[in-house]
Amino acid sequence: MTIDYFSNLALVTATVIYALALTMHSIEWAAARKITAARSTTGKRKGEAADDIETRTRPDARATTSRASEASASTLTITRTAAQATPDSPTLEPEGDVDVDDEPFDGDPIPQQKTEMFGRMGISFTLIGLACAIAGITARGIAAHRWPLGNMFEFTTMAMVIIVAGYLVLAKMGMRWLGLPITMVATVGNGLAVTVFYVAVAGLVPSLNSYWFIIHITAATISGAAFNIGGAISILYLIKKRAEDKGTEKGYLLRLPDSRRIDVIAYRLFAFAFPLWTFTIAAGAVWAEYAWGRYWGWDPKEVWALVTWVIFACYLHARSTAGWKGGRAAVIALLGLAVFWFNFIGVNLLLSGLHSYAGI
Amino acid sequence: MTSTKDDTKAVVTQPKLGVLGGLRWFWRQLTSMRTALFLLLMLSVAAVPGSIFPQRGISAQRVTTYLDQHKTAGPILDKIGLFDVYTTPWFAAIYLLLVVSLLGCVIPRIRLQAKTLRAPVPKVPRRLSRLAGHVEREVAAPPQEVLAAARAALSRRRYRLREDAVAEGAPLELAAEGGRMRETGNLLFHLCLIIVIIALALGRLLGWRGDVIVPVGSSFSSVGARYDTLQPGAWVDTAKFEPWSMKVNNLDVEFEDQVDPSSAQWGQPRHFTASVTTSLPGQAPRQRTLGVNSPLAIGGASVFLLGNGYAPRVTVRDAKGTVLYDEATPFLPQDNTYRSVGAIKVPAASPKQLGFFGFFLPTAAFSKTQGPVSIFPDTRAPALVLGLYEGTLFPGGRPQSVYTLDTASMSQVKDTKGQPLRILLRQGQTYQLPGGRGSISFDNAPRWAGLSIRSDPGKMPALAGALLGLLGLVMSMSLRRRRIFLRVTPEGAGSRLQIGGLAKGDDPRLQVALEQLADTIGARAAPPRTLDPASERKK
Repeated sequence: MTIDYFSNLALVTATVIYALALTMHSIEWAAARKITAARSTTGKRKGEAADDIETRTRPDARATTSRASEASASTLTITRTAAQATPDSPTLEPEGDVDVDDEPFDGDPIPQQKTEMFGRMGISFTLIGLACAIAGITARGIAAHRWPLGNMFEFTTMAMVIIVAGYLVLAKMGMRWLGLPITMVATVGNGLAVTVFYVAVAGLVPSLNSYWFIIHITAATISGAAFNIGGAISILYLIKKRAEDKGTEKGYLLRLPDSRRIDVIAYRLFAFAFPLWTFTIAAGAVWAEYAWGRYWGWDPKEVWALVTWVIFACYLHARSTAGWKGGRAAVIALLGLAVFWFNFIGVNLLLSGLHSYAGI
Repeated sequence: MTSTKDDTKAVVTQPKLGVLGGLRWFWRQLTSMRTALFLLLMLSVAAVPGSIFPQRGISAQRVTTYLDQHKTAGPILDKIGLFDVYTTPWFAAIYLLLVVSLLGCVIPRIRLQAKTLRAPVPKVPRRLSRLAGHVEREVAAPPQEVLAAARAALSRRRYRLREDAVAEGAPLELAAEGGRMRETGNLLFHLCLIIVIIALALGRLLGWRGDVIVPVGSSFSSVGARYDTLQPGAWVDTAKFEPWSMKVNNLDVEFEDQVDPSSAQWGQPRHFTASVTTSLPGQAPRQRTLGVNSPLAIGGASVFLLGNGYAPRVTVRDAKGTVLYDEATPFLPQDNTYRSVGAIKVPAASPKQLGFFGFFLPTAAFSKTQGPVSIFPDTRAPALVLGLYEGTLFPGGRPQSVYTLDTASMSQVKDTKGQPLRILLRQGQTYQLPGGRGSISFDNAPRWAGLSIRSDPGKMPALAGALLGLLGLVMSMSLRRRRIFLRVTPEGAGSRLQIGGLAKGDDPRLQVALEQLADTIGARAAPPRTLDPASERKK
């Protein structure tokens, strides 16, 4: 078994395991639909639904320092929503104190446990998938004798590793509700990589042979990963916001923090990704100066990177402009994400330019 | 740029604005954030066609091809500048308006920020519980110590402090302000955007680029007329070029042959390096290497190795054996296999001048569908496949490409069967031309180096602008402008600590930050074990 064979095997296995994790999270959402739909029939139950998120995040909150306060901040907002939803004073007791017999529907705790169980299984599968993917890209780098970011296949697999690893950190901070969208992204991304984008291990064309290769593309990968996680959160935000506005919140949506909080989390990711993306473009310009003799030449990739940058700049401005906060800003961010994807896939495959790689 | 100007509406409804009022209204519109954002979006939308249609600045040849293929749409698209998007007036209009709008937005705010930076920290307000964030704690330490701990904690966070003298026995007070550099960073970033745009424009005006193909063994001197193409900026005097010269001694090229020939990687370039000798007037010649990603700086310009190919050396003789032509003629590669096109022009031939045209194939093979092709970019079985024209090579002395023949005054030479003559020459072979026209022999195929020589004075300002802008961006994204007020009252053996906080703009973490601060102060002023847990959540 050669190293590149092992790399491929590990990456395909990772895709399959991500798909399993996705299945687990889908069941988690489906199971949650049953319980909370029943609970949200009255305001009081709605409050409780928020409470169990609180009890879930609280152990983290007790843990340590800044991370703890991050989690306790979410606890605060959640408690506040609960209070808004239930004028008849919501209780802050842990869910064990809730008398199950009061419930109009029987067997509520079972789907509750089920949700919890499938959620945990989803996380476990994600962890295993991540381990496989890391093994896969490491082996790929060893087989190629270089940093494994030389083509679309390597870029995508690396980006997925960063997305999943970033998500696991966020999950540790109490954002396990990202499981479904992230495993979906990871499954689709890794799946595309191993099927459509796959190319055999090979060396680099001379223009890629530079240490800027590592700097520029790694920065692009990390900011791309953050854009994607932010995009996933923005979609959840739009769904949650819509349900909140209509008053039709039910199912797993009740387990999410309130929409304002989700918006802040999405903003943090974009606020992290945007300067890094700026750096990516600047580093790319420095490299272009060495490799192609000009730092900016309106190559299609450069144009679309600029368009992505401008759209996210608009997002950041929109967030602080009255009338554009929230929903509209989230839509702009999603547009930016779409442009990012077009820049990655569309520009490489449809438009001809200097950024075309060998094969794909 | 976080403010909006909604007051413009009120101005619009006024019956008469007058010229000055109208100008002011226009200026306000232009410098409003909404307009700046709109212009930014317009700029990105306007840049898109340049990535879809071929651009003259990038590849003039592809534009010509496009125009040939689109007889109706092509000229219309050309008229509105879609083949020179980035130099059209409408594109320039957008970014110039953007620069003006940014300046109009940023300059007043710089003035404001300068004032803010000098302004003192405000006094502690009377009721801290009314502020956006509020925390109250009991600390088992005397007020003086609590205040000292607070001072230390806030100074460590680089807050500016203000402490007013209080009457004996009155509560101690401390006001602090932090994150004022957020706006400074924000303004720095926007100013740097303008710097980068100006640097780009400067590069256009003061910079120049020239391209030249130099066969191995030949040399090149940097004077305007020696360049194959030269694009000087509007303010560049090509007569003042520093007259350095460069000889290409060797070109080391490596192509991928360690993979399966069906792989897309087969024949991909892996390594290009040229060894050159440079000479500047009054200095001894220097041996240097030039490679992809490692340009050479010489005489205020940079030399880049951007291309390579083959310049087959052929000898053309007349019927008597006199040499009419003996030169390495550069051919242009067309694809990854270096199938190259070119023309060999023999003006010395008589009675009619001869012009050969066709392909150079570094590793020639014969495909049933495509005829002669190249299967590998290196010279494993080099061959020339040529056709022949005769007549006048340079009718009217018009300028023409060295890679193609102008056949307007020429006729194609036919073989004995009446078919157009086709010559296949492998390296070292000689072909006798029909009708006593003499002979052509293919001697060898040295490589050529495609050099691009460029000078861009806007390069370093643009880099400085980008780096400073990035710093400003990080500052404006990571800092938070907050005012924190503390009041410490003696209570029993210890003291009661009240903290109130205000933030500029949206600050969801304010309350958390205040709680953290209270924790830090508590831990500093009194050992953690003496903390009364019951007082922790007291409201």
